[in-house]
Amino acid sequence: MSSEVDNSRRRFLTAGTVVVGAVGTVAVAIPFVKSWSPSARARSAGAPVEANIGKLLPGQLIIVKWRGKPVWIVRRDEKALATLSDLGDSLRDEASDESIQPDYAKNEYRSRKPEILVMEGICTHLGCSPTYRPEITADFKGGFFCPCHGSKFDFAGRVYAGVPAPTNLPVPPHYYINDDVILIGEDGVA
Amino acid sequence: MSEKQTGTGFLGWIDARFPLTKMFEEHLSKYYAPKNFNFWYFFGSLALLVLVIQIVTGIFLTMHYKPDGDLAFASVEYIMRDVDWGWLLRYLHSTGASAFFIVVYLHMFRALIYGSYQKPRELIWIFGMFIFLCLMAEGFMGYLLPWGQMSYWGAQVIISLFGAIPWVGDELTLWIRGDFVISDATLNRFFALHVVAVPLVLLMLVVMHIIALHEVGSNNPDGVEIKKNKDENGIPLDGIPFHPYYTVKDIVGVVVFLILFSVVVFFAPEMGGYFLEYANFVPANQFKTPEHIAPVWYFTPYYAILRAIPDKLMGVIAMFASIGILFFLPWIDRGKVKSVRYRSGAFKLLLVILVVSFIGLGYLGALPATEGRTMFARLFTIGYFGFFVGLWWISKNEATKPVPERVR
Repeated sequence: MSSEVDNSRRRFLTAGTVVVGAVGTVAVAIPFVKSWSPSARARSAGAPVEANIGKLLPGQLIIVKWRGKPVWIVRRDEKALATLSDLGDSLRDEASDESIQPDYAKNEYRSRKPEILVMEGICTHLGCSPTYRPEITADFKGGFFCPCHGSKFDFAGRVYAGVPAPTNLPVPPHYYINDDVILIGEDGVA
Repeated sequence: MSEKQTGTGFLGWIDARFPLTKMFEEHLSKYYAPKNFNFWYFFGSLALLVLVIQIVTGIFLTMHYKPDGDLAFASVEYIMRDVDWGWLLRYLHSTGASAFFIVVYLHMFRALIYGSYQKPRELIWIFGMFIFLCLMAEGFMGYLLPWGQMSYWGAQVIISLFGAIPWVGDELTLWIRGDFVISDATLNRFFALHVVAVPLVLLMLVVMHIIALHEVGSNNPDGVEIKKNKDENGIPLDGIPFHPYYTVKDIVGVVVFLILFSVVVFFAPEMGGYFLEYANFVPANQFKTPEHIAPVWYFTPYYAILRAIPDKLMGVIAMFASIGILFFLPWIDRGKVKSVRYRSGAFKLLLVILVVSFIGLGYLGALPATEGRTMFARLFTIGYFGFFVGLWWISKNEATKPVPERVR
């Protein structure tokens, strides 16, 4: 047996061992990292939910729980709908180009039916739940106000300019099973 | 083996197998610290004391606490009402959290005024900053555990911060929460991190912090290197053994600290809503956001910076930058003179700006935002970051006073 050390062979084996070890370490890390994802139970709890709006009065807001989040359903009256068209420049994203909503809700009312608003009640700033402010005053044309950091939204959940929230409140996927029942969480057939 | 055994008896037997005497001498009885330590040097040992308080009380709290979305809030009330002395364990732990930050902020301020982060102590400072990060993680995750309204919504706000990161933000927040909202899954993992993972890292960092300190030796209020002047035995002329001199001095600090600490624990554990917020005595409700969300006082300065900036992503970046920039302090300060005693008036002015800004931000961060307050928060944010810019600017060619050869 030769007493000479083949250094290049030794370097190659060392580097090879390091690479294989690193690959193994990454592979072992995957189960640990993935274990933090929502579990099968949490995902199944995120299934669609039904809401009955048959008894919803004009101006009234009800809250439905979907994926643990509050989803608002509001029957907007004529006065509330009238405020939506003349806010213009005071809104940050009037046409909802930067905001999250299904295509069928990307309109002035941000809804499938003009009077019925379905929206996630989670502020796009830092996840507080804004409060419903249906009163229309000279200062504020009504809508939603986030008590945490003062973000303001109109009756369609569109954010005012100059407040911390970056985008309009998201509209979840939803469709009408019939006139009185909405399914939240699915787009339904177009 | 036999030549290594210098002592006799039981200690000698130990020393032949474990460097007990050697370690004791290296870190205590023959660790020479400058003789001119003042008031500001209490806070290192006090931080260690609070760490012990937190670990001991924390262990006992886990014996009664239930990290479960349905049981957590009630189990904390159970500790408060039904467990013998449970209220004391909990108040020691909650007051200890605030005390930790008071002590650590003062400890960091000491480093700032005496230049203890400067060469050759950069690593001590960086280990210390990582300790500070761990503490903030502990404070944040520990605050979720009582599962009150402020626990819930505070965590909601802070986790949403990660949602501001472009592309991966939403996926990342989902992964951190382990659910579509803050839920039992989040509570359970925060518990695991709070009681096992972060404390282990924290302890390791504390050891590294102290080893690095003892490698280069302590700084002092004059910012003079005592190792430059040694006697014939190699002992610094201006140094005194840490034990018994500073162990005894630190005991005085400990006694005064424990008196103040006890006053808070027994007479004002909630500290007017600053140590324990009132909204947290209401169980977490994911459908109702409290009227006013404010973090606990030790996070309010950074929170005020976040709110001061009208853009979400920029606000988050500024908030993280306000802590991140501290890591670079040893290189931002290009000065050669360490102690504020011999530094320029400009440095002292910057220090005042920093302190005023930090306290101002902390005050504003606890209050609901109004337009006037937001303007002040912006001003203080500029002041806070202005310190670092100004320090980099002035420290290149600073008009300093002559530094003495030896400590005074």
